[in-house]
Amino acid sequence: MTQQRIPQNDLETELVASVVQAVASGTVLKITGGGSKTFYGNPVEAQTLEVGMHTGVIDYDPAELVITLRSGCKLDHVEALLAENNQMLGFEPLHLGDKATIGGVLASGLAGPRRAYAGGVRDFILGVKLLSGRGEIMNFGGRVIKNVAGFDVSRLMVGAQGTLGIILEASLRVIPQFETEQSLGFEHSNVESYIRWINQLASKPLPLSASSWYQGRSTIRLSGSQQGVDSAAANLGGTKETGTWEQLREQRHDFFTSSEKLFRLSLPQTREDLFPGQSQLIEWGGAQRWLMGKYDLEQLRQTLESIGGTVCAYRGVDPEAQVFHPLNSSMLALHQSLKSSFDPAGIFNPGRLYREL
Amino acid sequence: MSQSRQQELARLFRRFLAPESVIDAPTSLAAYECDGLSAYRQTPLLVILAETIEQVQQVVRLCNERGVPIVSRGAGTSLSGGALPHEDGIVLSLAKMNRIHKIDLLSRTAVVEPGVRNLAISDAAYPLGLYYAPDPSSQIACSIGGNVAENAGGVHCLKYGLTLHNVLGVKLVTATGELLSIEQQSMQSQGFDLLALVIGSEGMFGVVVEATLKLLPIPECARVVMGVFDSVENAGDSVTGIIAGGIIPAGVEMMDNLAIRAAEAFVHAGYPVEAEAIIICELDGTAEEVESQISRVESVMKSAGATETRIARDEAERLLFWSGRKAAFPAVGRLSPDYYCIDGTIPRKALGTVLAEIRRLSEQYELRIANVFHAGDGNLHPLILYDANNPGELEKTEQLGSKILQLCIEQGGTITGEHGVGVEKLGEMCIQFSDQERNQFHAIRQAFDPNCIFNPGKAIPTLARCGEHNAMHVHDGKLPFPEIERF
Repeated sequence: MTQQRIPQNDLETELVASVVQAVASGTVLKITGGGSKTFYGNPVEAQTLEVGMHTGVIDYDPAELVITLRSGCKLDHVEALLAENNQMLGFEPLHLGDKATIGGVLASGLAGPRRAYAGGVRDFILGVKLLSGRGEIMNFGGRVIKNVAGFDVSRLMVGAQGTLGIILEASLRVIPQFETEQSLGFEHSNVESYIRWINQLASKPLPLSASSWYQGRSTIRLSGSQQGVDSAAANLGGTKETGTWEQLREQRHDFFTSSEKLFRLSLPQTREDLFPGQSQLIEWGGAQRWLMGKYDLEQLRQTLESIGGTVCAYRGVDPEAQVFHPLNSSMLALHQSLKSSFDPAGIFNPGRLYREL
Repeated sequence: MSQSRQQELARLFRRFLAPESVIDAPTSLAAYECDGLSAYRQTPLLVILAETIEQVQQVVRLCNERGVPIVSRGAGTSLSGGALPHEDGIVLSLAKMNRIHKIDLLSRTAVVEPGVRNLAISDAAYPLGLYYAPDPSSQIACSIGGNVAENAGGVHCLKYGLTLHNVLGVKLVTATGELLSIEQQSMQSQGFDLLALVIGSEGMFGVVVEATLKLLPIPECARVVMGVFDSVENAGDSVTGIIAGGIIPAGVEMMDNLAIRAAEAFVHAGYPVEAEAIIICELDGTAEEVESQISRVESVMKSAGATETRIARDEAERLLFWSGRKAAFPAVGRLSPDYYCIDGTIPRKALGTVLAEIRRLSEQYELRIANVFHAGDGNLHPLILYDANNPGELEKTEQLGSKILQLCIEQGGTITGEHGVGVEKLGEMCIQFSDQERNQFHAIRQAFDPNCIFNPGKAIPTLARCGEHNAMHVHDGKLPFPEIERF
């Protein structure tokens, strides 16, 4: 069984000691798991603290729909364990290689094609055991789905890029695998009409679970019971497709193979086409649009900001620039206060999320 | 002294608010002295009725400069005393900010003011074939601002999530009077996920003055099956079986015998009054999907030992099956002068153990307890029947409630699934969280509100208070100085 393939290896004591020592000696730390998502964030100049060996499943009872595990568990192993019980992680996490760990999935907050229809990483985390910058171990949230005791610190860790503390353990809500899935392809030469069409589909009670558009062709995925998917597919028409979603999720799709600058635009999903005729790939019903080419980052950011969006300098952009869309001054001040409440000495992943943090 | 302070503040507020928006008459203030948890009462200095974001900003700025506590209030339906006034502070009522700004079909979103009632959103979205999923039992009255403050749940959480999963953004007036836009609309948060932090923060970070909500397409079909059981354990097992079989019901609720009897006497839903437990399970989706799931659920119930299963024949019967469950609280209220609602969550596998211990505690304290249970997500609502006119009975009830919550913690659960901590569960917060964890909560709060003007004294107990609580806890029910009022 897979559960036995995930070694029980509790490094909590050692990790606490490393943090205490780092604080005492004024050393800053770069928290590293499998290293599959190191590129995602500003570069960190600091001493590496390996956390990927802190592994083991603490509790998993499929009927509770919750798994609790140490953060170093390999994503591949966890997904295999869940699959043996006909379950899965609802947010379709990005692996980006076979070394990805659960801790990295949470810290990066990177969700895949299902994001727009099933929710993101933050929607499935229930609790964390956290090692703070004071060397304290703290538990937030829990192992139950409904829990409003205390502020929601576990969700705050998702996408925080390890800047607030080390996630030692996490409890995640899991969901049953779908009985069946079916992908369908359609022609949509025009982005404007595609955006309208895909959002109209999403406003109907259909078992939609993913969507994408690239070079005049759109693909959707239906997930659910055999009867539900069959009847929806029969109504929608289109041509049957396979293989699309893993290619997209793992960014092995043709679009991603170019070495040009790659920008990730996040915006309200129904916004019009901002870059007609340009090289873009659209996911999440229009909420995530990848743009490739020689764009000026600052100009892009101004354009997106004006419509309530943001730009991530995802790959190949100026190494001096902030990878993530900068915060305004009040939000930055709030981030700084929160950061220092968890990590007063600023030892965790300095600069990775924002250079000022 | 407080009267002169009251009059001075009233004068300052009336500089920018209409006279009738500043309430200082004792008889009018009395209407705000408690929320849905009426065992706790406190008259505020003033009540302010805000109508615009600018007014909220002005009120907050003035209070922050003068160190006046602000308790925000929507419909006042909190079951944990979240909107209990502060004796030296104002109640900021957002009930007049009840406009729905926009409902958009294409993006499936609604933009609303905080005073809009939960059910009013689904009503407004209905013509577009959309609805707002979180449906707390108080949805006819409770407002969205309060739902955000408490991260409100409901009977459909297991499948459709809590408030947290259905709010895409809020506008928050912070202590300095600044308006922050905290969003997830683009599905990729910018920086920390502050939205998750604000939802469920019990009004301690600022005032939510606008919310953008996610709307869902109304399912094509919804059907209900009721399972009748002669043991609560079997009923619990049937839910485990349904979920382990890969079905996520839209709602799955359990009621025990006392709750069944109370509901039946109240609404005549046709519930079997001899049953030890019933399960009400709703499936939704396409007609074909629901058809196949209904029969699977029925067979799981039978193999878990259901003595009978009933499928609602039509929409009217579906609503009838639900009516008893939805009216369970007031129904139980008819059995007794007062009842006290507990809100723990447990892993479902602990249900048998927890219910047995609740029965034992009920006998020990000589207080009847009816149990209704959001069986899908483990959220248990024991309703303790008591009579506040009997001296000491409220205190006894609170002790019993506290025991049940401790039991939930011991079983790996939590002291509040959806009602919030408020003033009610401050003591149990001392048990569920360590000093370091509670300090961290205070530090987070101060990042938003350095002077602690928003809802002070709620949700997160101070170290001193926990010192006192844990000292009491050691004596196990025999409180030192029982005559001293404890909050």
